[in-house]
Amino acid sequence: MGSAFCLRDNSEKPLARWLLIEAGWRLQLSVTMTHQYPALSAEQKKELSDIALRIVAPGKGILAADESVGSMAKRLNQIGVENTEENRRLYRQILFSADNRVKKCIGGVIFFHETMYQQGDDGTPFVRMIKDKGIVVGIKVDKGVVPLAGTDGETTTQGLDGLSERCAQYKKDGADFAKWRCVLKISENTPSALAIMENANVLARYASICQQNGIMPIVEPEILPDGDHDLKRCQYVTEKVLAAVYKALSDHHVYLEGTLLKPNMVTPGHACPTKYSAEEIAMATVTALRRTVPPAVPGVTFLSGGQSEEEASINLNAINNCPLARPWALTFSYGRALQASALNAWRGQRENESSATEAFMKRAEVNSLAALGKYEGSGDDSGAAGQSLYVANHAY
Amino acid sequence: MTHQFPALTPEQKKALSDIAQQIVAPGKGILAADESVGTMGNRLQRIKVENTEENRRAFREILFSSDASINQSIGGVIFFHETLYQKDSSGKPFPDVIKDKGIVVGIKLDKGTAPLAGTNGEITIQGLDGLAERCAQYKKDGADFGKWRAVLKITDTTPSTLAIQENANTLARYASICQQHGLVPIVEPEVLPDGDHDLQRCQYVTEKVLAAVYKALNDHHVYLEGTLLKPNMVTAGHSCPKKYTPQEVAMATVTALHRTVPAAVPGICFLSGGQSEEEASLNLSAINQCPLPKPWKLTFSYGRALQASALAAWAGKPENKKATQEAFCKRAQINGLASKGQYIVSGKSDAAAKQSLFTASYTY
Repeated sequence: MGSAFCLRDNSEKPLARWLLIEAGWRLQLSVTMTHQYPALSAEQKKELSDIALRIVAPGKGILAADESVGSMAKRLNQIGVENTEENRRLYRQILFSADNRVKKCIGGVIFFHETMYQQGDDGTPFVRMIKDKGIVVGIKVDKGVVPLAGTDGETTTQGLDGLSERCAQYKKDGADFAKWRCVLKISENTPSALAIMENANVLARYASICQQNGIMPIVEPEILPDGDHDLKRCQYVTEKVLAAVYKALSDHHVYLEGTLLKPNMVTPGHACPTKYSAEEIAMATVTALRRTVPPAVPGVTFLSGGQSEEEASINLNAINNCPLARPWALTFSYGRALQASALNAWRGQRENESSATEAFMKRAEVNSLAALGKYEGSGDDSGAAGQSLYVANHAY
Repeated sequence: MTHQFPALTPEQKKALSDIAQQIVAPGKGILAADESVGTMGNRLQRIKVENTEENRRAFREILFSSDASINQSIGGVIFFHETLYQKDSSGKPFPDVIKDKGIVVGIKLDKGTAPLAGTNGEITIQGLDGLAERCAQYKKDGADFGKWRAVLKITDTTPSTLAIQENANTLARYASICQQHGLVPIVEPEVLPDGDHDLQRCQYVTEKVLAAVYKALNDHHVYLEGTLLKPNMVTAGHSCPKKYTPQEVAMATVTALHRTVPAAVPGICFLSGGQSEEEASLNLSAINQCPLPKPWKLTFSYGRALQASALAAWAGKPENKKATQEAFCKRAQINGLASKGQYIVSGKSDAAAKQSLFTASYTY
C-alpha cells in the first residue's frame, strides 16, 4: 500500500451514501442537541439536510436560471432579442416547460427574484411548474458585489440587510434553498487576505441566516478564471479560499449537512498558454476539495464559469471518474453551460420554443450522465456546445 | 508543484504519504509507548515497581520483543527520547527491533506544557526551539513519524479562544517542521475528559477545536495527506451523571470528525484518554460501525489502553515475560479487530481490562 490514491469504497457510491445518511439520521435524532446555544433544533436540521440531499440525489444537479436583469441583457443581446420583462418570462418558460425527462436530471432550479413571481402562458406560477415536477425551488439572495477599498480592485458581496425577513418571505412563496455568490480574482497581489476573510465571513453570515428560516444555503466562493495563471496556482488559491470558508462556517455555527458548496472547478486562467486535459483538471479539483471540504457537506455543485457546454460536461465527468476518494456528491449548478444552445435555438421566436426546450433537455441529460461519471462525450465540439462562453471579468 | 512557494517536492510528499498509509494500513493502529519518565513513574507505582531506567527499559523490551505477528495489529510505535536510544538484552537498538517487524518508529517531540497567562488554568505546549535539528537527527536515528500532544479542558469558561488558537498554531508549526525533515506529524489536540459536561458539550468543543486545527494546518501549508490526527473520542466528562452507549459515543465522534476533518487526512488514531482497555476497544469498534460516511481510517493510538493488563501481568518480574506479552498481544489483536468494526462484546472480562484508567487532570 504505497499510494495516497484509493478507489471509493462501496460506502461512497451515491445510493449507498443516501442510505447511510438515512440510517445515521435515526441514530442522530436520538441524541439531543449538540450545542451550548443550539442554532437549530433537530427537526430544523433534518429539514435542511433533506433539502440538500434531494437536490444532489444521484444523477441530479441544478439549473442556475437566476441571471439578474443586467446579466439577461447580455444573454439576450447575443441572440438579438430585446431585454424586456416579457422576453425574460418567455425565455424562462421555455426552460421550465421541459417534460418529465427533466425530473431525473434536475434536482433544483435557482430563480431570480422577478422570476419567482412570474407565470406561464396558462397562468401557472413558475414556482408551481417547477415544484410539480418534484424539483426544489431556490432563490438568489445576494445583492451584487461592492468594492473593498484599499485593495487591488477586489470586492465583497452585499445583501445581508433584512435578509432574515426576505428568507422568511421566500420560504412562504415556495423557495427551499438560496444562493449567494462571492467573487475572488487571481493576480500577482490577489486574492488578498482581506478579500478571502471578508468574503468567507459574509458567506457564513448569509448561510446562518438562511438556515434560521428553513432555507438551505448554497455557498458560492467563485474564483474567476480571468488571468494567465496555471492550474497549480488556481489549485493553491482554491485551497486557501475554501479553508477560510469552512473555518468561517464553523465559527458561525452553520450546520454543514444542511448546505451545499458551489465552487469553481480548478482550471488554468483563460489566458494561460498551457493546456490541460480533463483528467488533470479533475485531479486538481478533487485534490483541492479533499483538503478543505469536510465530508459532512452532502454535495458540491460546480459552477461552469464560462466553460463551453461540452467542456463543462466533460470536466464534470472526469471529476466523477477521478481515482481519489470523494465523500460528497459532485454535480453541476450550471447557468450558461446548460442554456447556451437553448438560447441559440430560440433566438426570440415563438415557433422555436420546442426545439429550444429540447436543446436544454439534451444538455440536462448529458450533465446528469456526467454527474454519474457515465458521459462518453459527444465527439462534436462544433456549434454552441463547443463555443467558449467566457466573458471577460464576468461580474454576473 | 501546487504552490507558489512549494513547501515540499512531490518526492517528499510521496514519502510522507507512504509512511502515513503504512501506519494506518487496514487492521493496524499505534502503540503509544512514549510515556515520559514522570509518567512511567505513575504507571510503575501502580504495580509497585521502582521507576529506574533499567525497569523502564525492561518493560519496553518485553513489549517490543513480542512475536513478529504483532505487526498485523500494530503499524507504528511511538517512542520517548530515552527509549529510542535503549537496546534489548542482545544489544540491539529498540528502533531496529521494531523496524525489523515491519512496524514504523515514531518519536514524541513536544517538551511538555507551559501556562497561558490570563486564562483559567489553560496551557500551551513547548518544544519548537531547535525542533528542525532534532527532527533531522531522529530521522537519521530511525524515526519516520513524530507526535505532539496539545491539551484543552472543558469548563464553563474553557477552552478559551486563545487556548484554541494558540494550540492549533503550535501544532501547525510542529507539523510543518516535521514534514520538512521527512517525519509524518501526528497531530494530537486532546480535549480532556475531566468534568461533568455531557456528550453534546464535548462534541461541540471538539468540533470547534478541530476546525481551528485544520485551518491552522492549511495556513501553515501542511500537506494533509502526509499527516495523521490523534484526537479524543467524543465522550461525556468523567463526572457526568449520564451514561452513554458506545453507539452514542460513536455517532457523536464520527459526526464531529465528519464536520471538520478533510478527506485528505489518511487516518484518525484515537487516544484512549483514561478509558479502560475494554471500553476503548468497544468504542473503537462502534465507531467503525457508525453509519455515516468515513473517508479516513479510524483506528487506535493507545497507551494505557494497550498496556494496562500487560503491566499488571508483569509486576516487575522477568519470569512474567510470557504472560505480559500475551496480555499485550491480546489487546493489540482486539484493537486490530475494533479498527475494522469487528470487535464484538466478549462475555468474560479481565479485571485490569475493565478498570478505569482515568487519572484526574492527566498531564502525561
